[in-house]
Amino acid sequence: MSIEVNGKTLETDEEGYLANINEWEEGVATVMAKEDELELTDEHWEIINFLREYYEEYQVAPAVRVLTKAVGKKMGKDKGNSKYLYALFPYGPGKQACRYAGLPKPTGCV
Amino acid sequence: MTDEAMMDDEMDGEEGVIKKFLYVNRKAPYGTIYALESLEVVLIATAFDQDVSLVFIDDGVYQLIKGQNTEGIGVKNFSPTYRALEMYDVEKLYVSKDSMAERGLTEDDLIVPVEVLDNDQMKTLMEEQDVILSF
Repeated sequence: MSIEVNGKTLETDEEGYLANINEWEEGVATVMAKEDELELTDEHWEIINFLREYYEEYQVAPAVRVLTKAVGKKMGKDKGNSKYLYALFPYGPGKQACRYAGLPKPTGCV
Repeated sequence: MTDEAMMDDEMDGEEGVIKKFLYVNRKAPYGTIYALESLEVVLIATAFDQDVSLVFIDDGVYQLIKGQNTEGIGVKNFSPTYRALEMYDVEKLYVSKDSMAERGLTEDDLIVPVEVLDNDQMKTLMEEQDVILSF
């Protein structure tokens, strides 16, 4: 599988996650969101960028409950809760936001 | 259904029994898949809210060494992930005193805080466990 971003063809795995994290650019998230019929807002980007920083630091895509906790620590309880994160990423903040961020599927997500 | 809701369903039959799990890591981080597999199993298993401990023995202590650089061997350096374990509520990390000494290592050489155990303490730790998984 693959996606088209700014004229480039980027390889993805069978579940749509980017094969090579280093090929990520903002357009990847925009294209993936468009396929899901989702308009990315600043609130989405805040979580996507947070995930990219998290991966850079720990080399792992966090499980959803760990993401929720880490977001709470960094951005406060208003954002570090399931309701807020699922409203932004209805397919699951762990899976969907990680996919947009170019990360692998979170370890432990089925 | 959300991930969390599914997890709750699966746990219902278990009455929330918490068992003591010990993951024993004995091999160098690269060259075999054992270290990475163990780490992934630990991360996955944290979803089940069990009482998890990790122990590092023999060349396994090298999994936690600072300054790992895998560029020359073309595999991912996953050592930063050990620093994420705390956020997964895995806080009991032990290393073998003898294995550290044999390799000239001290706690300062490691990327995460650990408790150093002598062989008697290691034996006690293992006897307390419900499940021991060796990698």
